[in-house]
Amino acid sequence: MRKTQLYLVAALMIVIGLAAFYYKWHVLSFPLTPVEQTEVWDIQARVEYQPRSGPNQVTLQLPMNSPGFSILDERFMARGYGMTIERDRAGSGREVQWRIRRARGDQALYYRATVYRDGAVEAPGDRPGQSQPPELEEAETAAANALLEQVREQSVDSASFASRLLREFSEPSPSPEVALLLRERASANDRAQFAVELLAIRNIAARWVHALELGVDGAGELRPYLQIYDTDARIWRMLDAQGRIGWPDNLLVWSRGDRPVLDVDGARGGRFDIRVQSSLVDSLEAAVKRLEFRDENLVAYSLLSLPLQTQDVYKILLMVPIGAFIMLLLRNLIGVKTFGTFMPVLIALSFKWTSLLAGVILFVLVVGMGLLVRFYMERLKLLLVPRLTSILIVVVLIMAFVSVLSNRLGLEVGLSIALFPMIIMTMTIERVSVAWDERGPGYAMKMAAGSLLIACLAYLVMSWPPLEHLVFVFPEVLLVLLGLTLLLGRYSGYRLTELFRFRALARSQTDG
Amino acid sequence: MLNPFTIARRLRRIGLLGLNARNADYVLLYNQRRFYPRVDDKLQTKNLAIAAGLPVPALYAVVREEHEIAALHDKLAPYESFVVKPAHGSGGDGILVIHGRRGNRYRRAGGSLMSRGEFEHHLSNGLSGLYSLGGQPDHLLVEYCVKFDPVFEKVSYGGVPDVRIISFLGYPVMAMIRLPTRMSDGKANLHQGAIGVGIDIPTGLTRRGVWGTEPVEEHPDTENSIVGLAIPHWQELLLIAARSYELSGLGYVGVDIVLDRELGPLILELNARPGLSIQIANGQGLEPRLRAVQQLQRSGNLSADPIERVAFACSHFATT
Repeated sequence: MRKTQLYLVAALMIVIGLAAFYYKWHVLSFPLTPVEQTEVWDIQARVEYQPRSGPNQVTLQLPMNSPGFSILDERFMARGYGMTIERDRAGSGREVQWRIRRARGDQALYYRATVYRDGAVEAPGDRPGQSQPPELEEAETAAANALLEQVREQSVDSASFASRLLREFSEPSPSPEVALLLRERASANDRAQFAVELLAIRNIAARWVHALELGVDGAGELRPYLQIYDTDARIWRMLDAQGRIGWPDNLLVWSRGDRPVLDVDGARGGRFDIRVQSSLVDSLEAAVKRLEFRDENLVAYSLLSLPLQTQDVYKILLMVPIGAFIMLLLRNLIGVKTFGTFMPVLIALSFKWTSLLAGVILFVLVVGMGLLVRFYMERLKLLLVPRLTSILIVVVLIMAFVSVLSNRLGLEVGLSIALFPMIIMTMTIERVSVAWDERGPGYAMKMAAGSLLIACLAYLVMSWPPLEHLVFVFPEVLLVLLGLTLLLGRYSGYRLTELFRFRALARSQTDG
Repeated sequence: MLNPFTIARRLRRIGLLGLNARNADYVLLYNQRRFYPRVDDKLQTKNLAIAAGLPVPALYAVVREEHEIAALHDKLAPYESFVVKPAHGSGGDGILVIHGRRGNRYRRAGGSLMSRGEFEHHLSNGLSGLYSLGGQPDHLLVEYCVKFDPVFEKVSYGGVPDVRIISFLGYPVMAMIRLPTRMSDGKANLHQGAIGVGIDIPTGLTRRGVWGTEPVEEHPDTENSIVGLAIPHWQELLLIAARSYELSGLGYVGVDIVLDRELGPLILELNARPGLSIQIANGQGLEPRLRAVQQLQRSGNLSADPIERVAFACSHFATT
């Protein structure tokens, strides 16, 4: 009866844990391993100009709300400049204004941003206002009408109309009408602006943007892209210079076309170049961002919403159950004896700050020195609590001494000794010393070495990055651990060391 | 060398009780936690035993406070030898045996001398809980030092041998005698190097010995045979073990008894979690014997009379 209940509770824990784990992994697509990574792009925009005497002002359009991408981080580097960032009222643009009272020599200003692909699509928006049709001379008007008529005959809707128009623009041997119209409009930006105006004649809502292709690392270039408004889907559709419709995969919209990207002292000028560098980052970060976009609460009530410092603490705390479970296995299945039930786990925890080898050396150093002091105190015949207190004081002093000494020697690892649990070390010293007196040095050393060995083992498991990641991102696996612990709670079979201990009994038996 | 699976299979066949099984199937099920203080505190055990009319070593003094230690020297002056024990000590830790005096100094069981300062320090350590199970402050018992029966003189070294009997629901199921050696420093604890010798329950004769994990026939220090010795007052010992059930309320209990030259058997202490080495000393597993008693329990034939229980044990639990 009691056992059935135990099995039921254990099974329930395991099922709940596994189900939650599966949901988060499969449906919410949390990464299973820490090595899963997402591509990000570091973009550096560099502005160079010759300052005029007197105050200078530089205005640079910045990317904002580019569909499909999000900015993770951005930095501005402009020494000696005052800086303001302004958003336009419609929320569709953003610019940085750099100001300096007096500048001498070539000036270089930097804007750096890290963006990653978030897969988000542009939210539907209302139909924008109409652009102004172009002001054309007579000959141009005739050419424009002929061109638009010709394009209209070859298109079925506004998208294909715009596409056809752009294709006419980019023909290697343009028609006479196009040649006439584009004679005065040589640059790609001017042509894009002109296309928008031409489309306005036909009442097609269009605009153009500066966009950056994040294809290859190295120098990047802002190119004009035409966008026309799809009245049915209420979204903007993208067309490239050759008239191809659709969003390219890796196109980052930088800023609106109707404003110059760079503006120096109110006149166009200065040089502007962009470099792109792609790299990989932890996809957990990306998953959290993605999730925040979809459902705020799922993140708000998870460990991932905690401040980073607290997260770091929990990253370590959540590994303690793992260490304790290892202790359970070692004690009840293997039969290892240690000083204190969970003392090795706590020691293993402190190794996290030092790395294994340094941790073991420092631990042995402190406990060893503490033991020497303890043996001397044995002769002073102190009572238990004063003795423990004095050992604690000595342990703290030894820790401080080791830190100072290693600092002088330039060994950074010695500083991390400050994070060792001094109460645990004090108790260890006391226990080792009592065992030494009671059971002999051999026994005490054996127990101490065993405890340390288990601490190392626990450390190796607890600091295994995939496991660390798994427990932190999926804390519900601890429920599975709880279920297993409950099951082992009634394990009444032999321990491994018992087989060794009672082997003489087995030897006298024969199989029959 | 046998492989672990073979060992496990053979051990299971002889019904060897492992630590996990002892804790899960016997200690947790038959020993109620509220009765633990009765055996964990040796003073309580002693008082209960006296109330039940069972023999225990005479109590000379109880030390509860630090300041009582200094007064102890005069209080103990009438006694040539005595034993100091922490009331919550485990595994013989902190037990101090004084065999005599030399001026102001005490002579320990091993022959070494101990100054009054050292003596007081040892006691104050005990009071502050150094030897107690959980490290809590403890009190100390000073009691009669057993003059052990000459039967064991040839097979012990520097200490008092004691008889351990496991009593299950009041039935003495298995017994051994623990002989101190030079290695155990006069202590009768197997893990400290004492020899355990299995005792045949019906006859009270020693059968086989184990030292560490190895079977032995002779005492390693005195080289006398440890097999075939007759334990004096055997029936009395079994009866004490049987009656310790009513005394302690614990179903699964180890009873430690010493044999005094003049006073006969005396209860030293009871143990709610008796060790498992008794099985090696007897060359048998505990499970079959425990099952036999459980069988009685299931059929409702458990006896309330200790004498009947001893008789059942004598007819069923022979060690050959």
